[in-house]
Amino acid sequence: MRFLKIAWEWFDERTDASKVIGPILKHPVPPNTGWKYVFGSATLVAFLIQVVTGIALATAYVSSAGQAYESLKWITDKAFLGHLLRGMHYFGASAMVLLVGMHMIRTFLTGSYKFPRELNWVVGVFLLGLTLLMGFTGQLLRWDQNGVWSTIVAAEQAGRVPLLGPWIARFLMGGQTVGAATLSRFFAYHVFFIPALIFGMVGLHLVLVLRHGISEPPKPSFPVNPKTYRAWYEDMLHQEGAPFWPDAAWRDAIVGVLVVACVMLLAWWVGPPELGTPPDPTVIQAYPRPDWYLLWYFAVLALLPHGSEDYVIVGAPLVAGVCLLVLPLVFNKGERAPSRRPWAVVSIIVIVSAVGVLWLEGDRAPWSPDFDNKALPATVVHAAGPDIANGAQLFHEKGCENCHNVSGYGGHRGPDLSHVGDRLSAQQIVLRILNGGNNMPAYASSMKPEDLNAIVAFLKSRRVGG
Amino acid sequence: MSEQMTEARRKFLSRLSLGAGGIISALIGLPVLGFLVAPLFERVGREWRGVGAVGDFEKGKTTEVRFEDASPLAWAGVTGKTGAWLRHQPDGQFAAYAINCTHLGCPVRWLPEAELFMCPCHGGVYYSDGTVAAGPPPRPLVRYPVRVRNGLVEILTSPTPIT
Repeated sequence: MRFLKIAWEWFDERTDASKVIGPILKHPVPPNTGWKYVFGSATLVAFLIQVVTGIALATAYVSSAGQAYESLKWITDKAFLGHLLRGMHYFGASAMVLLVGMHMIRTFLTGSYKFPRELNWVVGVFLLGLTLLMGFTGQLLRWDQNGVWSTIVAAEQAGRVPLLGPWIARFLMGGQTVGAATLSRFFAYHVFFIPALIFGMVGLHLVLVLRHGISEPPKPSFPVNPKTYRAWYEDMLHQEGAPFWPDAAWRDAIVGVLVVACVMLLAWWVGPPELGTPPDPTVIQAYPRPDWYLLWYFAVLALLPHGSEDYVIVGAPLVAGVCLLVLPLVFNKGERAPSRRPWAVVSIIVIVSAVGVLWLEGDRAPWSPDFDNKALPATVVHAAGPDIANGAQLFHEKGCENCHNVSGYGGHRGPDLSHVGDRLSAQQIVLRILNGGNNMPAYASSMKPEDLNAIVAFLKSRRVGG
Repeated sequence: MSEQMTEARRKFLSRLSLGAGGIISALIGLPVLGFLVAPLFERVGREWRGVGAVGDFEKGKTTEVRFEDASPLAWAGVTGKTGAWLRHQPDGQFAAYAINCTHLGCPVRWLPEAELFMCPCHGGVYYSDGTVAAGPPPRPLVRYPVRVRNGLVEILTSPTPIT
């Protein structure tokens, strides 16, 4: 111990470390900040998990299009603790997305983005965008079938930007097709470019927190007045402030431990996301879906009215980003207490509910055809004659079952046909099949009359209690 | 007078230092920028790739074919390949379609019994000639140039369709 003390004194005398770090650690914070102020530091802990586990994974991951998949298989299945590290990296990303969202909601609801902390919020918005970008680029680095096709989907979306779209798409792919250059680029974005930006932004965020101080818990009828706020805040800190270390930091430390423990437990218990089939772009049995935190956006793309995609894909992120960025510039004074800002509370409820509902829909994906459906069992078909049995088989073979559900079997893209015999006449069914419409293809050119008759007989037999 | 000179000199030296910083940034940054955007301006030649003999493809059927990209990098592995749907039409002509859905690029599957292409992502459906049958795709499947040379069906390599 004595040696360590001497070593520290020697180091401190030459670097003035304690004089630099001491005031930062002991900067005064307002009283009663409590547990709701821990999400920022918890996000930072999640980011540090990502940095540390990411560096470890990068020592074995091969960012070559031809070998990345195999190297990741090796990390997951063979390397000592590789399975755990990949799991920690995945759940660390999930924690980061979740916590950055909670931090933002708390900041918004308590009006902490108002004067003089407008820039803290703006930097935070960029950090949210960078966090989502890290999540997306990380998913691609799995470089399995899903990763390859997600890259193509991303390039396709980028291609919708007016004028520059195709150029941005080529830039993302690193050429004209998804191939060797694509993965190297995404690896560089994920490991160097975006983390460097995050480090810079986090540094700026923390500098701004120290410069303007942690916002005090809001009180009703206590509006922010930019002309008097600074003097009032300094005075309040002088009278009631407590040193950050250890008076407030202990909560951050406890929550930090909880974050790491949860990430480790999930990594150990659930494990990393399973790798799909190898990244062969010629294998078309792929179903690219984003990781859970972007599933709601996947649902948005599916539920958009036809023809509006170009505007929404390009316009919605732009509008959302601009709204978030100008928010503190437009509403930088006035009441901060949620009880005096009902619209703020309502908007959070609406946004969280909308994302939640879209997330559930994205998880269910009823718009996606069910390619894995099985032929209807005899217990469902209840064939009263050969035509009905044949029709049920054709219903499966012709792909009708991909989109239509019958008694719990098949997709959900089209209407449920479990009791279609009660709703439509045989003639109406024939017209629907031959002419299509309402998002259904026309089968007139590909359906033999005898097949049509069999399918109609089967569908007419679908009745309540039938 | 001497103070004014010193001030003017300081101003000059400040601008000189900022200018030097700008030159350093440009000298390092420009080659990096050029390196990163080079793929945008690269002219990749297109190659005819044989995908099989005419007799390998039954008339009226649609088959998935695979061929190598125009000039894949040495470390591309399996990602240096492209897939396409090749249809041998009843009149003997061939048509090749990109496997990318024109909605968001997902790989469409061919359902031979239904004679439809179907996209797993958002349910886009195309008829056998690539025209849109249902769902969100804004336009037909992209077609690749295809020809028959000495009994061999060849497809012209093309960029990933960005629609």
